[in-house]
Amino acid sequence: MSDATAGAPSTSGQRGGFWSRFAKNRGAVAGLVILAVVVVFAALAPILYPGDPFALAGRPMTPPFQGEYFFGTDTLGRDIAAGMAHGARTSLLIGIIATLVAVAFGTLVGGIAGYYGGWVDDMLMRVTEVFQTIPSFIFAILLVAVITPSIESVIIAISVVSWPPLARLVRGEFISLRNREFVQANVLMGMPDWRILFVQILPNCLSPIIVAGSLLVATAILIESALAFLGLGDPNVMSWGWQVGAGRPVLRRAWWICTFPGVAILLTVLAINLVGEGLNDALNPRLRERGK
Amino acid sequence: MTAVLDIRGLTVALPSGADRMNAVSDLNLTLNAGEITCVVGESGSGKSLSARAVMGLLPPKVSVTGGEIMFGDTNILTLSEPERRAMRGEDMAMVFQEPMTALNPLMTVGRQIDEVLRIHTKFGRKERRQRILDLLTEVKLPTPERIIASYPHQLSGGQRQRAMIAMALILDPKVLVADEPTTALDVTTQAQILRLIRELQERHGTGVMFITHDFGVVAEIADHIAVMQHGVLVEAGPAAQILNNPQRPYTQELIGSVPSLVPRKREAVTTRTVMTVSDLSKIYRSSGGLFGKAKEFKAASGVNLELKRGETLGVVGESGSGKTTVARCLVRLLQPDTGKIDLDGVDIAPLNRQGLRPYRNRVQMVFQDPYASLNPRRTVGHILTEGPMARGKPGKDAHARARELLALVGLDPKVEERYPHEFSGGQRQRIGLARALAMEPEILVADEPVSALDVSVQAQVLKLMDEIREQLGLSVVFITHDLRVAAQVCDRIAVMSKGEVVEQGKTADVFASPQHEYTRELFAAIPGREWSSEMETHAAAVNA
Repeated sequence: MSDATAGAPSTSGQRGGFWSRFAKNRGAVAGLVILAVVVVFAALAPILYPGDPFALAGRPMTPPFQGEYFFGTDTLGRDIAAGMAHGARTSLLIGIIATLVAVAFGTLVGGIAGYYGGWVDDMLMRVTEVFQTIPSFIFAILLVAVITPSIESVIIAISVVSWPPLARLVRGEFISLRNREFVQANVLMGMPDWRILFVQILPNCLSPIIVAGSLLVATAILIESALAFLGLGDPNVMSWGWQVGAGRPVLRRAWWICTFPGVAILLTVLAINLVGEGLNDALNPRLRERGK
Repeated sequence: MTAVLDIRGLTVALPSGADRMNAVSDLNLTLNAGEITCVVGESGSGKSLSARAVMGLLPPKVSVTGGEIMFGDTNILTLSEPERRAMRGEDMAMVFQEPMTALNPLMTVGRQIDEVLRIHTKFGRKERRQRILDLLTEVKLPTPERIIASYPHQLSGGQRQRAMIAMALILDPKVLVADEPTTALDVTTQAQILRLIRELQERHGTGVMFITHDFGVVAEIADHIAVMQHGVLVEAGPAAQILNNPQRPYTQELIGSVPSLVPRKREAVTTRTVMTVSDLSKIYRSSGGLFGKAKEFKAASGVNLELKRGETLGVVGESGSGKTTVARCLVRLLQPDTGKIDLDGVDIAPLNRQGLRPYRNRVQMVFQDPYASLNPRRTVGHILTEGPMARGKPGKDAHARARELLALVGLDPKVEERYPHEFSGGQRQRIGLARALAMEPEILVADEPVSALDVSVQAQVLKLMDEIREQLGLSVVFITHDLRVAAQVCDRIAVMSKGEVVEQGKTADVFASPQHEYTRELFAAIPGREWSSEMETHAAAVNA
């Protein structure tokens, strides 16, 4: 057999192949485009809509697509488009930071559990299971309610409910890699454990972590929106979820207040999921071929 | 002789982007009734794909693009899928390499064989059962009633392969395709299965297409031999002619690479002892859960070994004999339960990780699997330098040493920048050897270092190891299941069975007159034994 087929998960050194494999998945490319639009929209928010998005801008409940306010105004006359631009910043910020925290923590716990095994594994996995048995959204509500709503508390709550699946994923990868002969060779070199864990083994399971992490961003945005919808977001920060919540009582009279931020949530989450799937195809090309 | 299968100009194309256009090009091969035709070749020679083309089991994207396969008067390549399906099992059957994966783990063996009968025949239940029992008796499975009701995991590897053969032969096919059917088995089991295939084939008059890479097996079983390389038929003819008088250089090279069974003459090593292992045991305990009974398995018990400076000690045995456990205890990847490992006056058996640190580099290991033993995410340069640097060697010196070592193992020092996946199996094994040498060890423990390699590459790597051992004055513990390799490499050998060393001595003495019954059994099972001794006598006569 040729080396390429028998080789271990090697994707480095094939950078050129990565993009062409990613681009093969049309959905992923579409997702990437939508995501880029959202990011640009968020980045330009202070320029397009300077000032406070909570400030009253015009007549309450102005319908969309006419005159000054493209997406109309809400019950108190706030510009919905401005809110959405600033809300995009919040959603992306919280989604990414919460995911990074969850991935870092989950990788650490899963890596240690998987590499050492035995009682260390037993203990860490029982703790992980405790977190997994609590319904995650209710747990997040509880945490935010206890620590008082703010951006930080929302990030903490989302990370706390998101790391367990990652820990399990990483643990599985580490278990299958720790008995590889190259790891044993490293032990024989007298290499310290932390180096074996993070320099030798971790790079070999980056692909699944990246894919899982990208999908986690979507979940984090959904949780954030849901918390804000329930009024548990940071009261000083504009958010899509809060906008939807604020428009809910007048849904039948002013459909646009809920609809546009809602569509923004839908599109962003969809886009991230598509990109995640594309990353999966590009980083684990053999899985994809097997599926066909 | 009547031809049951005639392959004419068979060409099998690989998908675009593969390392060559055709897996098999223009293959001509005739299979006679009542004869065994061995298709021999190294990995990538196209031998397996030819077999699969005959069965119509080519993987997706690989297709036959030319030639015909005549079964009697019909070209089976022109048949429709349902027609071919009807032929499989009834007219032609296949035995695979790994019986554990070829059998369905969730069905009893009896039901799996019964399925073949249910699909192809109209026999009643009782008749089918009787047929299966008869056949299981014929393939010499003990207690057929019990086997019928067993699941694959409850049988041993040899029993599973017998069940597979029974399943293949139940409808008395005219053609049997066997793809490396004994490669996954131990040598004693292999000898039994080869004998069985021979017997059954003679009794039923089946034409057998036997795919293998092992010339010993070929010598044991073949009537006709076809040698393949890179998808092309190199040479074909009667067994005696190919084995004893090969015409083409490639065949000569392949046969020349088969290690001889006559131990190489060596000077007796009389230097000081570097390692003494006494009364070493390792017991695996599996806790039976909260209420279950704990189970114990003695992987090694009471092992005594002595290694002199500059010598190669072979540890030979079949799978499960405990040879790998002993190897891992010696390098202290495992902690032995009892016993001493005396390394130059220091007992390293009871030391913990901290205590081991000063001794780690003195005993290094070369691993079996060239694909799993190098980290795919690290460059060769990193792989060779991170060990010495972890011990405090300055980076510059470590890199200079790495380049020296690469040259020593016969690789271009410039390959430092490359990743392991860019190398072939044999090259990777050289890198693995260089990695062990980078630690400047006194003792090298090599666990089946060549068993995953093709026979010609195997010869090169063994030669290299021997040269390096001599040059650096290393002592080597060489773990292997292959007695041919052991005969060529080892000064002394220790034979292990069921966790114990049953016999130990100079290689020449053990080969000349094995004392323990198990050793004799092991030697008798070496495939191609008679052929090898004929070759030796012949060579001796020529030299004299």
